Amino acid sequence: MSAALLIEQLLNGLQFGVMLFLMAAGLTLIFGVMGLINLAHGSLYMIGAFAAAGTAALTGSFWLALAAALMAAALVGAIVEMVVIRRLYDRDHLDQVLATFALILIFSEGTRFLFGSLPLYLDTPDILSGPTTLPGGLDYSKYRLFIIGVGLAIAGGLFWLIGRTRLGIQIRAGEADREMIAALGVDIRKLYTLVFALGAALAGLAGAMIGAIQAVEVGMGEPVLILAFVVIVIGGIGSIKGAFIGALLVGLTDTLGRVLLPQVFGLIMDASSATTVGASLASMAIYILMAGILLFRPSGLFGGQT
Amino acid sequence: MRAETLLNLSLPALLLATALIAHWLDEPYIITLATRAAILALAAVGLNLALGLGGLVSLGHAAFFGIGGYAMGILAFHAQTFTPLWGLIEGTKSMPVIWLVAVVAAALAALVIGALSLRTSGVYFIMITLAFGQMLFYFAISWPTYGGEDGLSIYLRNDFPGVNTLLPLNYFLICFSLLAVVLVLFDRLAKSPFGLALQAARQTPARAEAVGLTPYRLRLVAFVISGAITGLAGALFADLNRFVSPNMLSWHMSGELIILIVLGGLARLSGPVAGAMLFITLEYFLEGLSTYWHVYLGAILLGVVLFARGGLIGLVAGREVAHD
Repeated sequence: MSAALLIEQLLNGLQFGVMLFLMAAGLTLIFGVMGLINLAHGSLYMIGAFAAAGTAALTGSFWLALAAALMAAALVGAIVEMVVIRRLYDRDHLDQVLATFALILIFSEGTRFLFGSLPLYLDTPDILSGPTTLPGGLDYSKYRLFIIGVGLAIAGGLFWLIGRTRLGIQIRAGEADREMIAALGVDIRKLYTLVFALGAALAGLAGAMIGAIQAVEVGMGEPVLILAFVVIVIGGIGSIKGAFIGALLVGLTDTLGRVLLPQVFGLIMDASSATTVGASLASMAIYILMAGILLFRPSGLFGGQT
Repeated sequence: MRAETLLNLSLPALLLATALIAHWLDEPYIITLATRAAILALAAVGLNLALGLGGLVSLGHAAFFGIGGYAMGILAFHAQTFTPLWGLIEGTKSMPVIWLVAVVAAALAALVIGALSLRTSGVYFIMITLAFGQMLFYFAISWPTYGGEDGLSIYLRNDFPGVNTLLPLNYFLICFSLLAVVLVLFDRLAKSPFGLALQAARQTPARAEAVGLTPYRLRLVAFVISGAITGLAGALFADLNRFVSPNMLSWHMSGELIILIVLGGLARLSGPVAGAMLFITLEYFLEGLSTYWHVYLGAILLGVVLFARGGLIGLVAGREVAHD
């Protein structure tokens, strides 16, 4: 395999990882601060994608579409938090799983009702279409580079927000002791709604950006949701740094596994069975990675106690 | 007689009566629905052992359901194409053999998945069981030998010695008998020293450990038995449809099994039976009402979780043995 192809796949893996980070960051914040497992996070990703596709169809502007996705997901997130999620903080995980599973059913069928079953498409803007030449002479998709850039910028912004701002201090304090921070005069209900809406906005942004690469359809959020779970299990629940490292690990393992494993098996068996075995194993690679990490660190790379 | 005991007897009786009356009225579709309810109840009884008694929120039980289904599909596929598996093992159309293979395969998978997942607890456990379920789902999709994404059809329902399984009522009775056996097993198990220890480990793990129990081992045994029962149900389900596909492994299936149990009543003997009957009935009527019936299902489920904890049986029989 040529070095150019390998670099291209590395960049694809990075792009996938960065997108997973946008999902996983929200999930891990919501779990860390509120102790809530939110299966409906994938629905917010889907809502972002649909809001973007709908806005782009109306206005023709990709940038308006991105803004609409952010706002729609944040708004839906805030409303859902105030109407449903808020009642679940004191419940056990089983109730949280069920209630958020119910939300998935409602959101998925509601979206199907509004937009129909046919997939929608979102076009990349002209300025980001086509390839660009990287230093070293490699051609690579401008749009994927854009996703990598936005993802890294948001990751940096989140580290700054959590580590350096007043809101970040409150969020970290909320993780440590919610009664104490409430006693110190922080409006914990408002803080929770804010964190949930922030997580939702990140998921919506991820959905909108991916909407220009993949079809926008009902159920698009669920595979990503489950991958995001794998990411935070690997990284350690509640840790933004863990989510970042985990997302890159999963993104690179999945992308490189799909390219490299069939070739590796091609060395020891004939081409068609190597493709079959390689592809099947590649689809399992990230779960095997997760199981391996759990054997040595049951609470993830950067997690505290389980 | 306590209200719950009465329910434990009358719910299966109601299911049996539905099938018998449907047979008498010559409504094979209703018999099929009753069979589906019996099989889903069986799968959910398996999950109830881990979820209700053990407190293990497994979001990956579709894995065992699907493994049971594929055990049936693969054995019957090799029997109908007369090609031995790996050139060695003949396929079979005999239900008891298929059931045995399904139970053993699901139990082995549960042993591996359980041994890894039970090292963690709480929300980690939920996500990890979900992830392992997804792993098998993607494996089934990408492995082309047995149909990949399209699934695997078999031409004729498998055989049971001395019974014509092609008659809908006969197949219902087979499934119903297995459900009855497993319900008795669940009842015995819940009251046995093992069951009591398992529930103690759910309620206060530290105290259970202090009196010399090993929660990890108890949970692993419960998880394996639970997976085996769900695997048996998977083989029956695939036989009912004469079709197995990766859909049986999808995480929606895992979610639906949990929904059945919670709609019916968590940790209660008849919870899964009540839940499965309610679910099939809802599906039947809501599907007729609107193509978007999952919205209503979601709304009902949300209502039950937020406002009616204890499920259907909890409403009727009170909450005295409800989940803590």
